[in-house]
Amino acid sequence: MYAFDYRRPHSLNEADLALKAHPGAKLLAGGQTLIPAMKLRLAEPGQVVDLGGIGDLKGITQKDGAIRIGAMTTHAAVAESTVVAAALPGLAALAAGIGDPHVRNRGTIGGSVANNDPGADYPAAVLALGATVHTSKRAIGADQFFNGLFSTVLEESEIITHIDFPVAERFAYAKFANPASRYALVGVAVAKSKSGVRVAVTGAGASGVYRLPQAETALAASFSAKAVDGLKIDASNLMSDIHAEADYRAHLIGVMLRRAVG
Amino acid sequence: MSSVTLTVNGRTVTADVDPRTLLVDFLRTNLRLTGTHVGCDTSQCGACVVHVDGRAIKSCTTLALSCAGSQVTTIEGIGTAAKLHPMQEAFREHHALQCGFCTPGMIMAGIDLVNRKGAKVDEHTIREELEGNICRCTGYHNIVRAIETGAAGMAAMKQAAE
Ligand SMILES: Cc1cc2nc3c(=O)[nH]c(=O)nc-3n(C[C@H](O)[C@H](O)[C@H](O)COP(=O)(O)OP(=O)(O)OC[C@H]3O[C@@H](n4cnc5c(N)ncnc54)[C@H](O)[C@@H]3O)c2cc1C
Ligand code: FES
Ligand code: FES
Repeated sequence: MYAFDYRRPHSLNEADLALKAHPGAKLLAGGQTLIPAMKLRLAEPGQVVDLGGIGDLKGITQKDGAIRIGAMTTHAAVAESTVVAAALPGLAALAAGIGDPHVRNRGTIGGSVANNDPGADYPAAVLALGATVHTSKRAIGADQFFNGLFSTVLEESEIITHIDFPVAERFAYAKFANPASRYALVGVAVAKSKSGVRVAVTGAGASGVYRLPQAETALAASFSAKAVDGLKIDASNLMSDIHAEADYRAHLIGVMLRRAVG
Repeated sequence: MSSVTLTVNGRTVTADVDPRTLLVDFLRTNLRLTGTHVGCDTSQCGACVVHVDGRAIKSCTTLALSCAGSQVTTIEGIGTAAKLHPMQEAFREHHALQCGFCTPGMIMAGIDLVNRKGAKVDEHTIREELEGNICRCTGYHNIVRAIETGAAGMAAMKQAAE
């Protein structure tokens, strides 16, 4: 790891100032992605701004038909939340399936969404539920937020503060986990609400998380696993790597989709 | 250098550290608490698991500075040679170790999972919960048995304290 200066602000405002004063500074949340990346020298920030001291960024509340989750809320806190379990049990289950217990005790929703790893779980929930990502500057809709592998529309000194998930009539996430890392080899999130059905796929797309319009149309007509049985999944925009070929991923999307619909 | 104050096994310590210092290096090098191990240094194996504010975390993937003001418990802080913690006793009784390298992390993970899942945690849950702890020697069976026994021992200890 290269040397860096460390700051631990106690308010969003202080964090904002620290970021602006040091171009290239990196935010540190749970560190479960950033610290391994710094050890490998894939990331070499000169300044690290630890969000761990800002209490306002943690917590889960329910308001106006949405669940609001603070950026620094850990995966374990989401998995164990009675509020999430009652309103969006599929989201609690998703959080409970991330990595392992120790990773879940440190890793945060803000870090996961900001990092937009193509195998990460939360991006699928954000996109399927049509969540809104709130930052220190603005509110960003899920359809605008993700921007290709490990990329989002977040600007250099923009801090995610919380994410609002609209409560759906039905939400479920099914993942085929990489047996070693637990990241999604393929994960499919399905949300059914008054405004329709949204389906998001993670782990598979060559440019990261994406929606599956043909499944959305089929499920809007009839919400059943049968309605999407035999749906042709295009493999041309999927990843091929040492873990799985694009064709296999396409097959798994169909299987996970049917499991998520139930 | 940055100054950090935290509590380790009930003792408050203050030290000047390079910001790069990982919690595990702080424990092993600054405090000479070498019971916490580094197996992989890539966040996979769980040999470095300690408790921070009552939750199991990987100390190789946490900065010491991020633990300012926190309560840290390591394998050295749970029992003594004369009076082992029930989870340590259960690992000894079930021969749940061979080389012993993974053991401190396994025991800290075991205690954490019993704290969260309760004394009646079943075998399947224990296996799932050990996702973040790798053992290269034992084949896990005895570790799972030890955690079942340790869970009962922890419940008895709690009852005795009440
Ligand atoms: C062994 C292991 C297994 C894992 N398995 C899975 C898995 O199965 N599924 C899965 O989805 N993930 C998995 N992860 C990743 C884990 O969920 C991470 O916690 C997550 O990706 C990053 O969150 P973090 O809080 O640790 O962020 P950090 O590592 O601290 O930060 C990650 C990035 O996000 C930026 N960032 C952090 N917070 C904010 C914010 N509030 N605003 C703007 N930018 C911010 C940081 O600057 C950094 O670039 C795994 C990790 C490990 C080590
Ligand atoms: S040394 Fe920390 S997980 Fe292996
Ligand atoms: S006893 Fe040797 S690694 Fe577990």
